[in-house]
Amino acid sequence: MNDREWGFRTRALHAGGQPDSATGARAVPIYQSTSFVFDDTADAADLFALQKYGTIYSRISNPTVSAFEERMASLEGGIGAVATASGQAAEFCSLTAIAGSGHHLVATAGLYGGTHTLLDHTMSWLGIDTTFVSEVTADGIAAAIRPETRAVYTEIIANPSGAIADLAMLSDVAHAHDLPLVVDNTFATPWLCRPLDHGADIVVHSATKFLGGHGTSIGGVVVESGRFDWGNGRFPHLTEASPTYNGLRWVDNFGEYAFCTTLRSEQLRDVGACLSPFNAFLLLQGIETLPFRMDAHVANAEAVAAWLSEHPDVGWVEYAGLPDSPHRPLAERYLPRGAGAIFTFGVRGGREAGARFIEGLQLISHLANVGDARTLVIHPASTTHQQLSDEALAASGVGADTVRLSIGLEDIDDLQWDLDQALRGARA
Amino acid sequence: MTTDDRPRPEGWTPPGVGQRYRLLESSSSIAIVGASSNPARASNFVATYLVGSTEFEIHPVNPREDEILGRPAVGALSDLAEPPDIVDVFRRPEDCPGVAEEAVAVGAKVLWLQLGIWSEDAARIALDGGLDVVMDRCLKIEHARFHGGLHLAGFDTGVISSRRARG
Repeated sequence: MNDREWGFRTRALHAGGQPDSATGARAVPIYQSTSFVFDDTADAADLFALQKYGTIYSRISNPTVSAFEERMASLEGGIGAVATASGQAAEFCSLTAIAGSGHHLVATAGLYGGTHTLLDHTMSWLGIDTTFVSEVTADGIAAAIRPETRAVYTEIIANPSGAIADLAMLSDVAHAHDLPLVVDNTFATPWLCRPLDHGADIVVHSATKFLGGHGTSIGGVVVESGRFDWGNGRFPHLTEASPTYNGLRWVDNFGEYAFCTTLRSEQLRDVGACLSPFNAFLLLQGIETLPFRMDAHVANAEAVAAWLSEHPDVGWVEYAGLPDSPHRPLAERYLPRGAGAIFTFGVRGGREAGARFIEGLQLISHLANVGDARTLVIHPASTTHQQLSDEALAASGVGADTVRLSIGLEDIDDLQWDLDQALRGARA
Repeated sequence: MTTDDRPRPEGWTPPGVGQRYRLLESSSSIAIVGASSNPARASNFVATYLVGSTEFEIHPVNPREDEILGRPAVGALSDLAEPPDIVDVFRRPEDCPGVAEEAVAVGAKVLWLQLGIWSEDAARIALDGGLDVVMDRCLKIEHARFHGGLHLAGFDTGVISSRRARG
């Protein structure tokens, strides 16, 4: 054991994946088991009381899932991680570990639709209200914070607008109010940005996307820094005696490890949104090549975006990786390796032309996902947002002509060929 | 105050992950100063782990207790028959220099102040007495870091190795 600081690529392959003592298996084994036998009744009692580390039941922890969790904690620079069934579950579990009924959240506007409905519909119904701030400045965020606010929430690259979060500004405002900053880092992955290095306290992911990278597995993960002071008085459920653990006080007992321990021992235990071992295994395979895939995704995205912005049938392209993007300065600061591989553009001719374009594609997949090795496309106005009028679409920040691309790893010539033939075919 | 700007003895830096590993590997006995039989106390929590999940010989030290987790409790470090390798301290920072003096007097090898406990004076006394010093670290968590427990709980152990793990 030495004090070497290992590189990102090395950790993407090795962190959390030491060969086990029982078999020495080099790949992380799939422990497809619901439960794990106890040594004796005392062992069981100690495990249930958290006085001993170990496995009880795969809803709470599982050795294959642990390998995925440690790898993500290492890559994000966090103290630890808790894997969840999906990205939505990562958001729900982390936010309900922070806030309860009567509390309030502040979020930047223009979030992924699923996150917006979680906050604005389901969590609101549970008594946790969210203010969505359109004017994302220090004053705008501060003005939305109330005495009952418990967290500030944002996406590193907003979906689908492509706006880049000013993490240092947001964390300064949050910390000035004794609040944690929670960042969805799905679109960047820790290879392009590590929000914890810029003041964020919690990172959530839909691991379904670039982390898994191959469109095979739904999963999520929460990573915490271990640096936020949960004992600052705003989070009494973390400092007062826990009635379900013999009066245990999370912060007193676990210090910087308290938040992740609570998240696993209370939220996962009760909500049950755990990651399956098989999905954890597939996500781990993806992470092993994450740095190489992300560089290739970014290179393809930059080339496609630049090419599209010159195309006669394209009205506009919004990608923070383009030199004239209004988001370019923040992208250069927080995403120096590239602004990701998901962006939007406008097809000349509006809603009908957009629909014809989508239907004319041959290579690019029309579906509701991003972050696959294959290039994906969706036209919100004819699919997810089809019930909205042009005016209502505009109000939600999506144009009738907006097409979202998630650029994959195909040959760039083939992507351009497919986009070009579909754009030509979409002409009125 | 962040954890980085706390006063520390000149010449001492917090032991890194490798040094903490070596301290634990080269130790076989631990005296827990401030041990408690109250299950709600962090010291009881840590002692339960050390007794149940490790090979360490555990000696509770608390003048107000007779027995903790089946081990006889002694009133002071000097009451132990053999000097412990590690003196693990669950006491307020102002009490730590006195514990450090006792640890030096009995010939312990490591003064270990638990999570949340920091005492520059205690550290200085122990260092002058030839002991290694760890502060603001949990012995349970550090042991679990190297023996799989912390890994199973989803934490970053910092361990990168292609050698077969120890059981």
